[in-house]
This record gives sequence, structure tokens and C-alpha cells, in this order.
Amino acid sequence: MKLVIAYIQPHRLNDVKKALYKNEIYKVSVTNALGCGEQKGYHESYRGVAFEVNLLKKVRLEIAVNENFVQKTIDAIIEGARMGQIGDGKIFVMDLPECVRIRTGETGQKAIG
Amino acid sequence: MIFSMRASALQENFDNPRMKGHNMCGSSIKWVLLIVMTLTLPAYADDSSLGSAITGDIEDLKQGLDTVWVLLGAFLVFFMQAGFGMVEAGFIRAKNTCNILTKNFLDFCMASLGFFLIGYALMFGNGNGFCGMKGWCLFGLEQTVNGLPLYAFWLFQAAFCGAAATIVAGGMAERMRFPAYLIYSFLISAFIYPVVGHWIWGGGWLSDMGFADFAGSTVVHTVGGFAALVGTSMLRPREGKYGIDGKPSILAGHNIPLASLGVFILWFGWFGFNAGSTLGVADGSTISRIAINTNLAAALGGIAAMAIVWKRFGKPDLSMAMNGALAGLVAITAPCAYVEPWAALVIGTVAGYIVVRGVELLDKLQIDDPVGAFPVHGICGIWGTLCVGVFGKQALGLANNGFIYGGNPMQLGIQIVGSVSTVAFVVVSMGIVFKVIDLVVGLRISREEELQGLDIGEHGMEAYGGFQIFSTT
Repeated sequence: MKLVIAYIQPHRLNDVKKALYKNEIYKVSVTNALGCGEQKGYHESYRGVAFEVNLLKKVRLEIAVNENFVQKTIDAIIEGARMGQIGDGKIFVMDLPECVRIRTGETGQKAIG
Repeated sequence: MIFSMRASALQENFDNPRMKGHNMCGSSIKWVLLIVMTLTLPAYADDSSLGSAITGDIEDLKQGLDTVWVLLGAFLVFFMQAGFGMVEAGFIRAKNTCNILTKNFLDFCMASLGFFLIGYALMFGNGNGFCGMKGWCLFGLEQTVNGLPLYAFWLFQAAFCGAAATIVAGGMAERMRFPAYLIYSFLISAFIYPVVGHWIWGGGWLSDMGFADFAGSTVVHTVGGFAALVGTSMLRPREGKYGIDGKPSILAGHNIPLASLGVFILWFGWFGFNAGSTLGVADGSTISRIAINTNLAAALGGIAAMAIVWKRFGKPDLSMAMNGALAGLVAITAPCAYVEPWAALVIGTVAGYIVVRGVELLDKLQIDDPVGAFPVHGICGIWGTLCVGVFGKQALGLANNGFIYGGNPMQLGIQIVGSVSTVAFVVVSMGIVFKVIDLVVGLRISREEELQGLDIGEHGMEAYGGFQIFSTT
């Protein structure tokens, strides 16, 4: 079992959701996040004064999947989020030792699926 | 010293038999006149000039009162700009709020400029049946129009022009480029709105025919509504509005409190829009009738739209009820002076029904109008214009009796001709305007920018700085 965590541009969320759905991945958690990376912020101006916004608005996706879905998940996120520009985001994949479905008490691969 | 002499001289003269002709309404008027004259009359040494002096001063007083009335109307109509801004901002998504407010703000600025340089001359200058040709930058005009100072009349008309221009911002919201909008707002207020205005209010061919549009259901709302329809169909729907199966999805407005404040402001401003269009107070009966009609139509529009949407979708939807009230206001604008209050109830109710079905119709045709600008202003503008021919009364100042009072379809026919020709002119001219703007500067923003929001893309600033907007659409 793996946990896929991705940080993407907020305005790509819809496209990522569509791509995941197409690859038969229906379970995802989405949260708002702030962060800074290679993009190093952008400029806004207010009353004629330009200022740099350092922490950028991002969206964080968390998807727990079984091994055979890992690649499909990664592909879908890239398909939806990639514009070929700095700031497109990152995907982290990590091992997931355990998973429990609260309603039934199922554990492991069954609980994820 | 002089003050007291003047007062005593006047008191004597009210008992002078020569004054009887002017002293029409008995002793109470006499005292009112006495006070007013005391405040306004220069000292007259020669008694014989006093009669004509009082007549002249009553004229001045009348013009002063009418000017205050029309300027009050102008200020109220100007405030409607704030109403449009709030309604549109409330009905769209947070990420585009700054953009729509900039458009609302700048279009009044552009309308003021365009209507000063060119628009007024096209609309009210002497010319032919199609457009006026005199008074560019207000040069060479009489200083008094319809018994009002030119500048007061201009301000009132300029506020109307701004209202027509701003209607379109809502229909084309969330995807139109800002430079394109600036150019559009100058062109509509300098050329398109004034031409239609000339036909109807400036002595053009429709007014010669006997077409009646008291406060602008056609001049302002049909023009704005159909311009919005042309623009919004050329822009194509917003990203994500219609699925592959053609089913509309909800891109919900982000701030209903703002939208309802906007509707209240519009309703409030509409009293100036309609009642101010009398261009004078007279004895007060007409402006009172207009005010009550305006209020009743708005109220019934709200009730009707809410009832229909409640029945059809199970819940009393506030946004639809508010659109219904606006629809009632648009519809009563043309007939407000010519109909009895009972007719205002009917006009408003039907307008409320029309707006609900109009919104559904646009969704069926996959024309994306985020705030319902076309159903409210376009369709109900026509409905209101036709109502003049149906419910209008000769006794209330209309040329012919409406259909239900005499069975004579004459006035109704004229109203239909007016509506159809206005729609044809606006659709063709705005089609050309938007096409040219599209070719020159581009009408629609890029998909990336649309997803990110126009606030950052067009203006580099956010409406809600410091908040993180969480949106899945």
C-alpha cells in the first residue's frame, strides 16, 4: 500500500480530478495549502505598490492506493496538473503500513479498495 | 432693512385688485407666496412691474424645483451603478470579483466620457429621424432643455447611459478581457445607446410614430440585455458550465449578502430612474403614481419568481426571487406613468414568471449568462414595452388607449415595431462591435487565466486579500 501526496496548482484541481476519474481512482482527499518552492512567489500590486507574495496557494491531494494503482495515480496527476512551468507541483509516494475502514473494521488492501 | 421693506410692500400688494389674477387659490397660497417672494424677490420700487415679476419668479421656482427633482433622480440612477456592481459581484465566483467591480466602475467612467463627447449629440441634438447631429461636447446647445438646465438634463441622461452599458458586464462576466470591455463600454455609450435613444426620446422616427417608452424599458434595458446576449453567445460558456452531455452545472455565486444588497440598491435607485423621468414635479400626482407602480411591480416580480421556483424546484431560491424583483422593475419602466396600480401588479407578476423560464431557456440553449442579464433586461424589457400597448391609458398621458381599454391594437402594434427594430439594430451593431474587438484585442481570456481567476490574471490583485479561496470549480 502506498500513500500518494501531491501539491498542485489550485486551478488545475478540476483537470486532475477528471484525469483521476478517467483512471478509475475515485477516492481522494483535498486540502488547501500554502507553500513555496522553485516558483518563488509572484507579484501582486496594491495601490501602485508591487509586492511579492512568497507563500503560494496550493492544493494538497492525498490518495491511498494499492501497489497496482500507484503508477496510474501518478500518471493521472501529471496529466491533469502539468503545464510545463515552474510551480506545477510535486508528487510524493510513501509506504503505508496500515489502513482501517472505520465502518466495517476492514484492514489493509481491502480497506483501501 | 431692504428685506423688511420688501415684505411690507408685498403685503400691501396682495390686497391690490390687480393681483387677483395671480392670486388663484385663496389665502393659504397667498401666504406661501408671500414667504417665497420675500426670500427670492429683489426689491421692486415700481408697483406695476410686480405682477409680472411674481409670474417670472414662480417660473424660476418651478424650474428650480424640477431641477432638484431631476438631479435627485440622476443621483439615484447613478447609485444604481453600485447596485449593479454588488449584484454582479455577488452572483459570480470570488476569484473574479475584483475584475467585475473594475468593469462596473470603469464603464460608468467611460460612459460619462462617451456620452459627453459624442453620445448626447447623437441622442438629443437636432438631426434626422435616425440620429442627432448637433451638440458635440455639448457645444452650441440651448442652455435649457425641456424647462431644465442642460447640465442637469445631461447628467440624468448620462446616468441612464451608464446603466445600459453596465448590464452587459454581468452577462459576459468571468471570461471577458478587460481591455475589450473598456472599448466596448465606450462604443455602446457613445454610439449604440444614443442612436436607439434618439429614435425614442430624441425626436427620432419611433417617437414620431407614437412609440411610448416612459423611462427606458427599451432604450436602456432592451439595449443592454440584447447587447449582453450577443456578447455572451460570442464568448461561449465559462469553463465547466456545461458538461459533455450538455447538462448545466452550478458555478454558484460567492456572496449572496452582497447580491441582495445590490438588489435593494437597484430597487431604491429605480424610484429615481422611473419617477425622475417625468423631468418635473408638476402637481405630484404623476410621480406618485410612478413610484407606487414601480414598487408594486418589483414586489410582485419577487413574489412570482419565488413562487414559481419554489413549486418547480422545491425550495424558495433567494437569487431567483431577487432576479424576479429586478425583472418586475425592468418591465414597469416603460409603462410606469401610463398604467393603474392594478396593472403594475399584473406586469410584475408576469415578469417574475418570464425571468424564471428565461433562465431555464438560456441553459437549454447552452448560452451562459452568469447573472441572468438577458432574461431580466432583454426579455422583460420587451415585455414592459408591450405592456404600454396593453395596459396603457389615454387618460394618463398615452397617445392611444391600450388594448384592454378599447380593443384597439394600434398602440400595441407601434410598441411591437419599436421593440423589433431596437432588437434588430442592437443585435447587428453589437455583433459588429464585438467581432471587431475580438479581432483587434481579443474578447476572451486564456483558459489558464480563466481557471486561475481574472483578479490575478487581469489586475494582479485579489478581491479578498489574505483569504484563501477554496474552490472546486
